[in-house]
Amino acid sequence: MKLNLDVNTLIDTLAERLRDDPIMGKAPCMVGIRTGGVWIAERLHAALGLEMPLGVLDISFYRDDFSRVGLNPTVRPSDIPWDVEGSRIILVDDVLYTGRTIRAALNELFDYGRPDEVLLTTLVERPGCRELPICAKYVGATVNCDQAVKLSGPEPLELNIVERKAEVA
Amino acid sequence: MALVERDIQLDEHKRLKHLLTLEGLKAHHLTEILDLAETFFDANGELRKVPLLRGKTIMNVFFEPSTRTRTTFEIAEKRLSADVVNLNIATSATKKGESLQDTLWNLQAMGADMFVIRHADSGAAHFFARQVAEGVHVLNAGDGRHAHPSQALLDMFTIRKHKGDIYDLKVAIVGDILHSRVARSQIQALSILGAREIRVIGPRTLMPSCPEALGVHVYHDMDAGLEDVDVVIMLRLQNERMSGARLPSEKEFFRLYGLTEQRLERAKPDAIVMHPGPINRGVEIDSAVADGPRSVILDQVTNGIAVRMAIMAVIFSNAARHPQEDAS
Repeated sequence: MKLNLDVNTLIDTLAERLRDDPIMGKAPCMVGIRTGGVWIAERLHAALGLEMPLGVLDISFYRDDFSRVGLNPTVRPSDIPWDVEGSRIILVDDVLYTGRTIRAALNELFDYGRPDEVLLTTLVERPGCRELPICAKYVGATVNCDQAVKLSGPEPLELNIVERKAEVA
Repeated sequence: MALVERDIQLDEHKRLKHLLTLEGLKAHHLTEILDLAETFFDANGELRKVPLLRGKTIMNVFFEPSTRTRTTFEIAEKRLSADVVNLNIATSATKKGESLQDTLWNLQAMGADMFVIRHADSGAAHFFARQVAEGVHVLNAGDGRHAHPSQALLDMFTIRKHKGDIYDLKVAIVGDILHSRVARSQIQALSILGAREIRVIGPRTLMPSCPEALGVHVYHDMDAGLEDVDVVIMLRLQNERMSGARLPSEKEFFRLYGLTEQRLERAKPDAIVMHPGPINRGVEIDSAVADGPRSVILDQVTNGIAVRMAIMAVIFSNAARHPQEDAS
């Protein structure tokens, strides 16, 4: 079922907030988390006119549930086309839920180097379900915690409510 | 009682639990490993270290000497963040009379999650796989003349990378087919992946008794066998496995079956040359070819790390998906 939120409007809101953030004056780089986060990041990257090419993280090898559920069969390589050491990074994901994806993404980023700053922004968040001390600086919208949402895309980008059994953390 | 023993390298969902041989595996078992191996290379073609197997202990148990296989397994394990233990048993307790089974049980008691085993006896890895506790995995890193599946997989990976889809290709395997576990596994891999034509080239004394049964075309004349092939795989002359005089001399072998630039002209212009190593220069391959532009021999070594990472990742991933069922 489609969620009553327009993704393009949410992306515009995020771009606006980011434009006013001090990080914009410090030549930031952007990273999207595969898959949904990359779709959002591509839009934000273009809207903000960032100089450095967009980085892509696939956190499959960094998940903390490998020994319980195995490997994501659609894993692909990450691609960070600039030096992470000393960089200022805008990290983008679609849904912030338990915080475990972001934990994995931070660990992977730090395996590339030591960034000076990482700012997290997500299209939506489900508050009250966090299992780790992680919060985003900017979120497009907040959805009810018992509503599992998933972004579909890349064209058109739509937020859908997921049936319980198909839910992905 | 079932007439056929269940393939001990597969779990009840027919997914890999051990890797002992390629015999009996389906194309999807192989392509899953080959596809995953690609993802371990980053955009610069380097192999990144990932925390996938943190907390797992992998023991490399080598009853036979090895440089490439043991080292690339060790690097692969370390790239996956596993704890690695290397045992060269040739210089260890078996000398004092300990049986293979006792060695295994002792190593298992030390907390191994996976054994990578090489042994001079065919079937040693199967023996290990039958004895290990539930949840412990066995990879065959070469047993006697029987199989060397990880080598064949890295060869398929290399072929795919340089030549694309394997089903379009004509592949020639040259040299000592009789003693070669590598050749046996390569032939199986190529037939599983549907190679258009598999040729084996070598003297009668170094051919198994009925090579056609393997589904290959047999050539005793090198020039005829190389005609129009896409891939040439040279094998090492295995003096250590030869009993009696099967060859007049190494010189004679090179004259008849050594790969030279001149001979290579029979193959397709864009053919690649492979060799599992170690190479005997001037015995089965001329230096000019081994170090030449069509040689992918060193690329095979690098690919071996990624493919071995993928084999281990797939096996631990399969075990993670249904831990309860595996325990039954």
